[in-house]
Parts: sequence; C-alpha cells; structure tokens
Amino acid sequence: MRKFWVLFFMFWPIAAIVYSAMSPSYHWWFPGASVTDLGQRIDNLFYLILIIITVVFIGTQIALGYALWKAAHNDDDKAQFSHGSHNLEVIWSVAPAVILLFLALYQMDVWRDFRVKAYFPEGTIETPIAEVTARQFEWRIRYPAPGKKLQPKPQPDDLYAVNELRAPIGRAVMIQLRSEDVQHAFFLPHLRIKQDAIPGQIIPIWFKAEKKGIYELLCAELCGWGHYKMRAQLTVEREVEFQGYLKKLQADQNYDGFPTSDSVAKKEE
Amino acid sequence: MSTAEVALGHDHGQAHAPDAHGHGHHQQSFIQKYVFSEDHKMIGLQFLFTTLLMLFLGGGLALGVRWQVAFPWTDLPILGRILFSETGGQMSPEFYTMLFTMHATVMIFLVIIPILAGAFGNFLIPLMVGADDMAFPKLNMLSYWFMWPAIVFFGLSFYHGGAAAGWTSYPLLSDLRQSAPYSGSAQTYWLLGVTFVGVSSMMGSVNYMTTIINMRAPGMTLFRMPLTIWSMFITAILQAFALPVLTAAGFMLVFDRLDFGGYFEGIHSTFFVPAGLVVNNAEPTVGGGQPLLWQHLFWFYSHPAVYIMLLPAMGMVSDILSCMCRKPIFGYKPMVYSMAAIAGLGFIVWGHHMFTSGMNPALGMTFMVSTMMIALPSAVKVFNWIGTIWGGRVQFNVPMLNCTAFVSMFIVGGLSGIFMSSVPTDIYFHDTYMIVAHFHYIIFGATLFGVFGGIHFWFPKMFGRMMNETVGKWHFFFTFIGFNGTFFPMHMLGIAGFPRRYADPYLHPYLEHLMPLNQFITYSAILMGFAQFLMLGNFFVSIFNGKKIGRNPWNANGLEWTAPSPPGHGNFDILPVVYRGPYEYSTPGQVDRDFLMQTDPPVRKTAGVVAAAPTAHH
Repeated sequence: MRKFWVLFFMFWPIAAIVYSAMSPSYHWWFPGASVTDLGQRIDNLFYLILIIITVVFIGTQIALGYALWKAAHNDDDKAQFSHGSHNLEVIWSVAPAVILLFLALYQMDVWRDFRVKAYFPEGTIETPIAEVTARQFEWRIRYPAPGKKLQPKPQPDDLYAVNELRAPIGRAVMIQLRSEDVQHAFFLPHLRIKQDAIPGQIIPIWFKAEKKGIYELLCAELCGWGHYKMRAQLTVEREVEFQGYLKKLQADQNYDGFPTSDSVAKKEE
Repeated sequence: MSTAEVALGHDHGQAHAPDAHGHGHHQQSFIQKYVFSEDHKMIGLQFLFTTLLMLFLGGGLALGVRWQVAFPWTDLPILGRILFSETGGQMSPEFYTMLFTMHATVMIFLVIIPILAGAFGNFLIPLMVGADDMAFPKLNMLSYWFMWPAIVFFGLSFYHGGAAAGWTSYPLLSDLRQSAPYSGSAQTYWLLGVTFVGVSSMMGSVNYMTTIINMRAPGMTLFRMPLTIWSMFITAILQAFALPVLTAAGFMLVFDRLDFGGYFEGIHSTFFVPAGLVVNNAEPTVGGGQPLLWQHLFWFYSHPAVYIMLLPAMGMVSDILSCMCRKPIFGYKPMVYSMAAIAGLGFIVWGHHMFTSGMNPALGMTFMVSTMMIALPSAVKVFNWIGTIWGGRVQFNVPMLNCTAFVSMFIVGGLSGIFMSSVPTDIYFHDTYMIVAHFHYIIFGATLFGVFGGIHFWFPKMFGRMMNETVGKWHFFFTFIGFNGTFFPMHMLGIAGFPRRYADPYLHPYLEHLMPLNQFITYSAILMGFAQFLMLGNFFVSIFNGKKIGRNPWNANGLEWTAPSPPGHGNFDILPVVYRGPYEYSTPGQVDRDFLMQTDPPVRKTAGVVAAAPTAHH
C-alpha cells in the first residue's frame, strides 16, 4: 500500500505534464499568435516563465516523489535525525531570489512600453483615433470627423458606432477608454490587451495591429448580469479602408433623407 | 513504570485522577456546556461543525456555477424545477452571477477563515502552549456567536436574491442600487454580513495573540512553540492589522448605499461614486468619489487575508509532516522566519490585484517586485517540507497523504502565481480562468487538504476516538483526483483567454471549442463534491463509533498529546512544564521509542548508560 501511494504522488505530475503538452494540439491554448508585437513580447515572457516553472515543477515533484519512494523503502527503525542545514537554506533562498528578481526586472520594459505614457509610440497621444465608452452592456465608440482631432468633449460632427471598433493595420494608434456606469474592462485576447474602464477616469490604450482581421472585444471585469454578452469586434483593416469606413460613417450620419445626385447615381449602378 | 520516571517525579500518565488539575468540577447546564460555552475546545468544535456545514453549502453553490458553465441554459438537475419554475428549470444570468458571488463569500468568510482560525485556532492554541483555556474565554464565546449575525445577514442577502457583485464587490456595481437586479438590499446585507465576520475574527485574533504571548506553559519559549502556534500567532497579527481597513471600507460602502426609504433619506455619501454617471437611465450621479479607492482598501485587507487563509494550514501541515515522517521539521527557524516574511510582505503586495486597473504604472512595477519577493519565503517552505520528508520513516496514513497533497498542490499554486505577479503576462491573464485555477490550487489544493489532514490528525484529541482509516483514504483518493480534474484544466482555459464570471462564454466564437473541456471539469467537480460525503460520514460516525484511543495515538510530542483525549475542562492534569522543542523525533540515544515529548525532562546520564526516558502513554 505504501508503494501505491508513492506511485500515486509520482503519477499525477506526469499526467499534468502530458496533459499540458498535448493541450496546444487540442487548441486549449492561446487563441492564435498575437496580432501585435507587444503581445508577441508578452507571449515570449509567458514561454520564458513557463519554461522556468516547468523545470521547477518537475524538480520539486521529483524530489518529493523520490523522498517518498526512499521513505517507503526505509526499513530502519528510525528516521534520519536532522534539524536542517544552514547551507541548504542559504542555497535555496538565494537561488530563487536571484531568479525571481531577474524575472521581475526583465519584464519591466514590456510593461513600460504598454502603459507608461512617455513611452507610447510617437504621434499616438496627440491623435487618438477613437474614444471607447463602456456601458451596461455594450461598447460605444466615438471617432472624430475625418481630418479633425478627437476632443475630450463630444463634438457635433463626431462619428458614432456601437460594438464595432475599427483600426488601421501597421500603424500605432491610441484610444481613450471610459466607462459610463460601472466598472468594465477592455479585453482584446488576440492582441493580449486588457485595461479596466474606471468610471470617472479616461485611460489611454495604444496598440499596433500587424495582421488584418476581425478580433473579439470582450468585457473582463464583472459589470452586472449581462457581463458575458458585452460582445464587440475590432476590425483591423488597411488605412484606406479605415478612412473609407470613417467617410461612410460620416455620410450615413449626415444623411438627411433627401436623395442627392450622388446617391441616385450610386443606386442606378 | 520505569524507575527513572519515578525518580524524576514526572508523571502525566492516566493514573492521575481526572479532577486533580485543580479546577474543581462544577456542574454545568446543557446551555453553558454546549451552547454558550466558554471552553475553548467546545468553541473550537462549534466552529468546526458550523464551517463543515457551510463547506457543503459553498460546494453546492459551486456545482451550480459549474453546471451553467458546462451546460449553459439547460435545466439545472434536481433543483432547477423548484428554483426556476417560471423558466422550466434553467437558471438566469443574474442567478448565475449571484451563485459565484455567494460561493466565494461562503467559502472564504464562512469556511476557510473560520475553520482555520476559529476551529483549529481555538481548539489547538491553549492545548499546544500548555494553557488551561484562552486568555479571554467570554470574548472567545462571543467570537463564535458573532458568526451567527453574519450567517443571518448572508441568509437575508440570499432571501433578497443574493449579492451579485462578486466577492470583491467592486463599486459601482456594488454601490449603486440601479446597477443590477440584486444590488438593492441583498448587497447591503452582504456588506453587513462581512462586517460581522470581521468582528468575529477580530475578537478571535485578540484572544490568540494574548494567549500565545501570556499563557505559555513554563519552559515554552517562543522558539519551542510548534509551527502551528507560530502560524496562528502570525495570522492573528495579520488579522488585527488588516481587518480594520476592510471594516472601514465596508462601512463607507454601506454609507454610500444606505437608504431607509421615505422617513430617513439615508446618508448618501459618495466615497466611491464619481459625478455624472448615468446607470441604467437613472438620474446622473452626484459625487466626487473614486471607485479605485475601494480596490485599494479592499485588497489591503484581502491580500493579507489570502495568507490568513493559508498560514495556519502551513503550520498544521508542518507539525503533521514532522510527526508522520518521524523526523524533526527541516529548518525550524527558517520556517518561522519565512512565515513572518510572508506576513510582512503580505502587506505590500495588494496592488498585484490591480495591475490592469489603471493605477499609476509605476506602482505596477513596485508591486511586481514585492510580489515576486513573496514567492521566496513560500519556496523556502516547500524545500523545507521536502527536506522533512527526505530520509524519514514515513507513515502513509490519512493525515500524511493529505499533507503530502498539500505540498504537491501548493507547488502548483505557487508556480502558476508567477504568471500573475508578472505585470505583462497578467495583462492577459487577469480575470481569466488562470486566476481561478491559481487560487483554487492554493485555497483548496493547499489549505483544504491541510484542513482534511488536520481533522484526521486531531480528531482523536477532539473526541477520544479515531476516524476510519480506510474511508479516509478513499475520501482522499477521490478528492485528489476530482480536484486535479477540476482545476488543472482551468490553467488551459486561462491560456485560451476564457474569462471569469461569464454565464455563457460560448457566445464568443473563439471560446466555443472549450465546451467539452468545461464539461469534463464539471464531471470532475461533481466527483469531488460527492467525495466529501465520505469525509462527513466518517466524521460523524467516528464521533460515536470510532476506535477508542488513549492520549497519544500518533506518538506525537506536542503538549496537546499529554492531555486526556478528549481533554477535560482545564485541559491538563497538571500544568505541563516544557523542556524541549516541538519536533524531537528519532532523537539519537533513545531506546524504547523514537520521540521525546516536549515535557520530557533532560535525560540524566549515569555512568555512561543512557537512562530510559519516560514511556509513552497509550
């Protein structure tokens, strides 16, 4: 029976490793490679940490399993008498300390590039492309009119969309995040971006999407019963398409119901 | 009885008359003895019974949560027809939101904190330091009975639909009545419940600190205290300093919310409410408050609270491991210092819950470094536990199995925590199932396995009988498998970006393929849940039918094992005197047994022959 339990405790880490290793092939893994460079750097940090903790996991579980194994085969009357070892304590304090401190310092620059305004890419802060306002349970997006700058207060010629955010490809852009009621969080899993929307605060977020596509935008902070259905999309498209989209939004918004020669011509096409 | 024993005048055998401890037996009425008891052991048992009951309530709520995540919008089995007759048996999203809020509330405030500090703290502290009771018995009684207003308030919260703002209750969802269907009275009652739990804990912690400082038996120096006592002591300090902040924050939120209807308008403070918000088409808010303030205050308590939910289990596991491996604990002082370090650092890491909150990014960097550093004492503890097992003569019994699981699971929980302490990766993992996996590995995988170990280990002292070993092993076997089947795949959900607290995650196409995995998780959770009935049955049947045992069934060496099982009023036959540290197992030079009690006086060497130490009491 002793051996059964030793094997039991040795078996589960093996099962965990096997299960983890096969997870990517079942898509129990990241929803695709990151669309942004910054997200790629976050993924790289993830894999670095994953390697370190896998080594530590295997090491400690083997040590534990081996200690149990030896104990199960210990037919002596008595256990080893030891109150500890000063040298070992020093080694296993200093070694993790060095690794952990390295990990903390090594990751600073990614965080800095993501959040510290002074390190935002040039031009993003001056010309935010949109203001995203979260409310129960939708995302409202306000773009400045083509050729104008986004103002903190809504302007008469601003353009509005709901649950559909668009951004140009290959250009670093910034949005201003707000909340109209309770707390929400702006979560773009494919871009590895998450930022809470705090009522009463305007929080800038920048990203530079490198791949065309339509990506999920979700709420990641509990905001009420409909939290799960705050579904929106980020469409990353070419610069001309993006500008065309804004123009179309403007045309739709300014449409007064009277046919113009343009719209008649379009219809006839 | 050996001559050495008689010569040293030292006897704590059962030969003593039970009423020789100088307390004089006075008749107690039923109410004095079992209800409003001032005896720390009875209060400990009251806490234990209450928390075990709540464990099943919290577990039931968890299964409800799991059902919805695995089979969204299908009829809830068994209870669905009764609870949701208007929908034919399927739960609503607001009910789901309430379920996970109350699951966390019950588990944290009514199970884990009170079972560690309340049940084990009360029962063990006087016995292990050699005192006849707590320093303030009446306060101790009140600390249990102040749990009941909390339970009543949580019950009222249920009655009004249940609080549904998450156990963290972030404003403004928890602050404005218009924000959600159940955020009226239910939320206010919830806050009052948490406040009373706080009052109860505070009374306990004052008592534990005083008892441990003032009432130790002669010879019980600080560094002869078992690690259980150290952990309870450090936990009590944590509670005493962190709890006032939560209480204050709770009252601030209550003041923001309170509305007595027509007669008295309420206080309507706006601590957490900024101006000009329109919630569900209500009038714009007036205010000048700051919602982030709540997060800072809440986590200033609740991060230390994470260690309140862990440290006592660490202490108990250290004691049990040492006894079951028949070996002194490896690195006693490093174990003490690392617990102190965890407690100290625990006060300056709260910001890691707020990396994505929008606070100053420089704070994110600071909290990342402090959080990384708190992993260090945790690592030291793990190495020392493995060091304790190493070279031991391990008894593979139920307490040992549960404690080994504690170490093994704590490693996983500690390592996955590194993803969250790193700000960049936390950007992605925040509020995903990675977090759910991580803290369940700590709170269930570590703490609860430690508690199961503790229940089996100290049960003989509580009731004078053993729990059934075979049933205990089956319970451990199913719980361990169910636990890992439930929570290990959640890491993968987290990596896949699966958000927490979603009533129907599959609305989002990139999560659709994760439904079968979630169903597997739910089946595992059901297995784990039903396995707990083995423990419950074993516990209650053993109280009456377990094998009767003597004072020291495990051949352990703490002071509690010198008292009768169960100890009478006043605990010890005679006041124990402590001569040695708590982990003298397999001490060289021992002849007839492999341990020395803390009360065994130094062995006198006569003419090169080692005198026999006093015999064990069986």
